[in-house]
Amino acid sequence: MLKYLLRRAALTVPTFFALMFLTFIAIRLVPGDPVEVRVGERGISAERLAYFRHELGLDQPVWKQFLDYVWQLLHGDFGTSLVTNEKVLTEFLTLFPATIELATCAMLLATLFGIPAGALAAVKRGSPYDQVLMGLSVTGYSMPIFWWGLLLIMFVAERWGLTPVSGRIDLIKYYFDPVTGFMLIDAWLSGQKGAVLDAARHLVLPAIVLGTVPLAVIARMTRSSMLEVLGEDYVRTARAKGLAPWRVIGLHALRNAMIPVVTVIGLSVGALMAGAVLTETIFSWPGVGKWLIEGIARRDYPSLQGGVMLVSSLVILVNLIVDVLYGVINPRIRHGR
Amino acid sequence: MVADAQDPALAAVAGTAGAPPRELRAFWLAFIENRGALIGLAVVLIIVLLAILADVIAPYPPNEQFRDAVKAPPLWADGGTWRFILGTDGLGRDMLSRLIHGARVSLFIGLSVMSVSFVLGVVAGLTAAFSSDAIDVVITRLMDLIMAVPSLVLAILIVAVLGPSLTNTIVAVTIVYLPRYVRLVRASALAELGKEYVLAAQVAGVGRLRLMFSTVLPNCLAPLIVQAALGVSDAILEAAALGFLGLGAQPPISEWGTMLADAREFIRSNPWLVTLPGLAILVTVVSINLAGDGLRDALDPKMRRS
Repeated sequence: MLKYLLRRAALTVPTFFALMFLTFIAIRLVPGDPVEVRVGERGISAERLAYFRHELGLDQPVWKQFLDYVWQLLHGDFGTSLVTNEKVLTEFLTLFPATIELATCAMLLATLFGIPAGALAAVKRGSPYDQVLMGLSVTGYSMPIFWWGLLLIMFVAERWGLTPVSGRIDLIKYYFDPVTGFMLIDAWLSGQKGAVLDAARHLVLPAIVLGTVPLAVIARMTRSSMLEVLGEDYVRTARAKGLAPWRVIGLHALRNAMIPVVTVIGLSVGALMAGAVLTETIFSWPGVGKWLIEGIARRDYPSLQGGVMLVSSLVILVNLIVDVLYGVINPRIRHGR
Repeated sequence: MVADAQDPALAAVAGTAGAPPRELRAFWLAFIENRGALIGLAVVLIIVLLAILADVIAPYPPNEQFRDAVKAPPLWADGGTWRFILGTDGLGRDMLSRLIHGARVSLFIGLSVMSVSFVLGVVAGLTAAFSSDAIDVVITRLMDLIMAVPSLVLAILIVAVLGPSLTNTIVAVTIVYLPRYVRLVRASALAELGKEYVLAAQVAGVGRLRLMFSTVLPNCLAPLIVQAALGVSDAILEAAALGFLGLGAQPPISEWGTMLADAREFIRSNPWLVTLPGLAILVTVVSINLAGDGLRDALDPKMRRS
């Protein structure tokens, strides 16, 4: 088992190095001079320019710059933002809880509704319920979520006034220092009346928007996995034993049907991060997705470079964990390789 | 002689070029059994027609501005007229015409991405499957790397490097979706490699290129065709997302995502400006996905989901 784990982990090392190389090259190729971004469009003296170039390491040969970059990354230094002059890692860690909070709620929503909906569709295969649900599912995973978000803002927030349009909490009514970075928890810790409810109201639309595609995928996946399992011998045996239908479906079938579904959930971190970029932009949600987009607009290359590096490393790590866990659950995979 | 030996295998790829009429008919019968797929296909065909005939069908050129009718409401709203059936945008351009021309842009993006990644995917995938371990590992690792970066983040990075434009959108989205094709081709080719007809061809002295492209490839086509069909809709969505972020097709090109971004400022005053382009994206993507699902079910009963 340990051997398998080490082998899987070792396989990601070249990927990490390639990723460093890729982000390094990409950012060097971006048009525009980083020094210009730092000092603004006004001209500066040649000495000042040389000074800034030296400070950013731009006067070094490219291979030296790359080695320095790798050295810094290995020491946990992801660079310094050109705009705010803060460490990229610090900025990332400040904003990341907002993204995790949003993504977790979206995934909870998708799982809590997707699994029962898909299982029920499989049990009632061919019924109007099944057909409607599968229709909704196709619509869901075809959804341009940036448009879906705007529609919800238009109706739920603007016309019916049920939820706020953007942000994480009403900053005029509630103010407290972040403790965990998770607004729901911080609001609860602050003890201010109504703060948790307000945070939840801000969260609901973005979570729905980000959860829509995973919800559709999970419902579909559960349905097809369930259909497969329902035809298995052990399900027939359970039925023949005279077990109550809900026991057969809930205990015998659903648990086995969950294996591929759980994998899909685990492997959707990348898609979730991509979705977060759009969702956060629409709802002005101060997370890493919005930050990346702003990095481009402000030509803040170190932030962009560090951000892409951090987000991708995270995806690689989560995929590795899912892979390993899958090997733990299903020994056939572990020994197959 | 060798060609004869592989014929039954070729015939198994129902519905592709060269398949006997009976196979095609069986494929078609299986396809129309699925009502959703049929509706999807019909809508896709309508959209394709609209895109091809955009210049004839659209009432106005997509970028003609009517200064006297800025933000005119659509027909069904108060003050709507037949002159602008779906109203006009913030610059007084006819929405209907822009949406019809937008179909052309979106389909062009979807089909370009699909064809380029299909060809590159086949070449890279087959190369990986047929080459030495070293080349195989390089290709596989490279694809893993691309897949490690979240799709939209990678596309954004590529567009940031190349600069936002329609062409660069296509390049970025192609790179993002390439691994799916490469992995699919590689996996199916590897599965075929152990089979007897491949061995027979090798024994008969078939050259490597011929073995790759005319012996093995036809037997990998079924899942690849399905992937290609669904890949068109993914590419359209991804490109629209880039357009929405201002990193895709640049104004005044009437790309649906870009139109949506332009309309954002009118979300309160003129909601239909936001509603219509998104609806166009959704309808197109849903229809392609429905047709693609039908294609999968009809092409390969083993992959059948329902």
